[in-house]
Amino acid sequence: MKLELSGITKTFGSLVADDHVDLSVEPGEIHALLGENGAGKTTLMNVLFGLMHPDSGEIALDGEVLQFPHPGAAVRHGIGMVHQHFMLVPVFTVAENVVLGFEPTHRFGLLDRRKARAEIRRISEEFGLEVDPDAVVEELPVGVQQRVEILKALSRDAQLLILDEPTSVLTPQETEALFEIMRSLAASGRSILFITHKLKEVLAVADRITVMRLGAVIGTTTPQTTTESELASMMVGRSVELVVRKEPARPKDVVLAVEDLTVEDLRGLTVVDHTSFDVRAGEILALAGVQGNGQTEIEEALCGLVEVVAGKVVLLGRDVTHATPRARLRAGVAHIPEDRVRDGLVVSMTIADNLILDVFDVAPHARFGARKLGEIKRSGDEKLRDFDIRANSIDMLVSTLSGGNQQKVIVARELSRPTTLLVAAQPTRGLDVGSIEYVHRRIVEERDRGAAVLIISSELDEVLALGDRIAVIYRGRIMDIVDPSVGREKIGLLMAGVTDDGRGTGPPIVTTAPGVGA
Amino acid sequence: MSDAGITVGAAAPAAGERTASAHAPRQWGRFFHWMVEANVVMVTALAIFSGLFVGAILIIVTQPNVLHAWAGLFSHPGTTVSVTFFTVGDAYRDLFTGSLGDPFVFGHAIRTGQGWTQALTPISETLLYASPLCLAGLGVGLGFRTGMFNIGGQGQLIGGAMAASYVGFEINPPAIIHIPLCILAGFAGGVVVGFVPGFLKARTGAHEVIVTIMLNYVMLNLLVLALTTQPFQQPGQQNAVGRTIFGGAQLPRIFGHNLRVNLGVLIAVACALGVSWLLRRGTLGFGFRVVGANPNAARVAGINIRRATILVLVISGGLCGLAGMTSLCGADYFLSSGYGGTVGFDCITVALLGRNRPIGIVLGSLLFAALNVGGRYMQASTGIPLDLASVIQAIIVFFVATPGLVNEVYRLRGMNVGQGLLTRGWAA
Repeated sequence: MKLELSGITKTFGSLVADDHVDLSVEPGEIHALLGENGAGKTTLMNVLFGLMHPDSGEIALDGEVLQFPHPGAAVRHGIGMVHQHFMLVPVFTVAENVVLGFEPTHRFGLLDRRKARAEIRRISEEFGLEVDPDAVVEELPVGVQQRVEILKALSRDAQLLILDEPTSVLTPQETEALFEIMRSLAASGRSILFITHKLKEVLAVADRITVMRLGAVIGTTTPQTTTESELASMMVGRSVELVVRKEPARPKDVVLAVEDLTVEDLRGLTVVDHTSFDVRAGEILALAGVQGNGQTEIEEALCGLVEVVAGKVVLLGRDVTHATPRARLRAGVAHIPEDRVRDGLVVSMTIADNLILDVFDVAPHARFGARKLGEIKRSGDEKLRDFDIRANSIDMLVSTLSGGNQQKVIVARELSRPTTLLVAAQPTRGLDVGSIEYVHRRIVEERDRGAAVLIISSELDEVLALGDRIAVIYRGRIMDIVDPSVGREKIGLLMAGVTDDGRGTGPPIVTTAPGVGA
Repeated sequence: MSDAGITVGAAAPAAGERTASAHAPRQWGRFFHWMVEANVVMVTALAIFSGLFVGAILIIVTQPNVLHAWAGLFSHPGTTVSVTFFTVGDAYRDLFTGSLGDPFVFGHAIRTGQGWTQALTPISETLLYASPLCLAGLGVGLGFRTGMFNIGGQGQLIGGAMAASYVGFEINPPAIIHIPLCILAGFAGGVVVGFVPGFLKARTGAHEVIVTIMLNYVMLNLLVLALTTQPFQQPGQQNAVGRTIFGGAQLPRIFGHNLRVNLGVLIAVACALGVSWLLRRGTLGFGFRVVGANPNAARVAGINIRRATILVLVISGGLCGLAGMTSLCGADYFLSSGYGGTVGFDCITVALLGRNRPIGIVLGSLLFAALNVGGRYMQASTGIPLDLASVIQAIIVFFVATPGLVNEVYRLRGMNVGQGLLTRGWAA
């Protein structure tokens, strides 16, 4: 199916999310839509899928101009969408999920499971999508859940498939498998719109690449005629450095020692399983792994936000396993939480207040229970300057800042205290390239100043760029701690639970829902 | 190039996050925080106007003489218009003069120097009625700012009134000692009642809404029990009537003996200033606000949420206790069953009307008191029932709490009214 979007414009108040966007996708083409967060990709897809209505512009399928008042209309015209966050019912089987909303029934209105199963087998075989129709969705690995989403779209006879950031929850191997599926779908004449911000993937799988920036199409190119750095500068609007510059680490004494740490979730399932590692002053230990393998719980255990079932957390020789978050902050733990809007900031308060969120009641910000507003303002202005937070004044609400500047507020707050240990979880998630560069530089500086740094990230590029040593976690266990020089392939296998003997250890336990991203 | 990039790029993720969070389950705290942040003056003014407008329609459709005039709309259109106009006008004039005073009586007082008492009585009554509303409103408003939905104003008010009354009738030191003791007792009585839900929530996670509502019943019936037994029951009484406090425990009247307005007003003003300071300048209040706006971030930032929960409900209860104390020692002087009437609930609406800000709560309590005091006068002079004043109050709060509706009705443009937030807040 041939898709043509012409002159699509969508505004939210004074913000122009999409500005006269033109885009065409040929039948059998994999078309990548590349851009940073806030470039207007998702808005454009929501318009295409009938979730939003454009202010102006036309959507044409095979030359016919159509309007989609709601997603149902888009589905009827052969458009399928695989959302970043899966829309599956976890306790249903694959077959039940796939037929949900379009259930085949017997004469008396009963669900025809046999027909549903047969239908899934047929589609699976046609496109090489291996899935057991009777498996319960919540027991499947994320990569397979995604296949179920694709199956769902195909069973509605989708001729154009929109994949919104499909690789953000996958291991490198799962990503490769997804690309195979995409290629076979394209070979069958279906069109694919692949939305992403990852340059390597675009070059690996796309036939054509359209780059968006600030709501406008910057240009369309092909993988054969472009390079990673060219795409990056198209995305950002200036040339960018894709590697983190850092000296070799000079590790000193052990600052953080985690011994046999075990954490359970609310259901009593073990999510961190007798894990041990240590981080030394002056080095960055990167904790790599697919999301939901216990990283979040390790982060929480280190910061005192979750109860530890067994094991010890030792900070500078002191057992802090059961210390309060406050005691740890005072002991020099700086914490950049995974979800900055949920855990790191009070977005309805001012920048000044957020900059002192964890030191608001101690000198020099307060005395005798009274806040010293003059001092808060003075130090706030200073941090605004030092940490390059782009805001007109510290009295602005944090909700008015961009994601990058919000993250800088957290970085400014956490790194302004004397730091012995920095725990940074997904420190650059959802940030633009410029802010990523900045945050990475600050983290390396903190290491060079002598702090122990633990980076928790599910982005392999980030792990490789920052880590002096890389610990790979899978199902709550550290599979191995390796040097970054062992390469992506090896780390990718460890992330999937495969050790040197080549055997997998089963599907990962999904402990947390994938984080909310823009 | 890069400058432009930053400005426009800045807004886009923010918009995205708003949409994303729109689907996330909301917490009470967010809702109440939004109540503080949304456009205040315009929505409130339009809400008051809407309340008066709906009130006018109710007068028209419920007053027989107006209805009669409308029956003759086609034969005597002039009569219809004038009867409608004068009836509604008279009612609202009485509402006004009954609560703030009659300009003519004021004029007479200024010219002759006589009749000041008469001129000032409406204001005095309004202030008298407003003080407990304001105090209890400050209490529940402070709770709302911290994300605690304290519905226990009634129980805490009774707790404060009982404690103050006990100190008031049991001992008889000079007023200079007796009054501070009563104030302390009133505060402490509320604190005890407020501590229970705070402690239970911090320890077991028991929801404060349920605990405080149940405590209202406990306190109401404890009061009846106390009033039918010693030492609370008035000697020689069979009914549930409390002992009268000694004269030394009675709050002194501040504008002469004939005007009932008393020290309670000053206590309310002092508490409003105190709460205002706490929220703006106090580290304790800052912690409360952080807990209320984003409990997750509060926890990560090392704020002790259990401690904040207990403390805020204790202070909230104490303020409600003071409300009970000021009405007991300032106006009634003895307890009766069901003491406090609806103040324990009206204070919730006052807090919402004032958007949980101290200044808003002061103004809100004055408005509510004026509508009540004026409404009584209106009932006496025009026969329009006091209930109309309650309807107007309800409609004002209704519009304040649903700014999306105000937006819809008055077609306001470019206002941050946050449609739909209310329902999410309550559903969470």
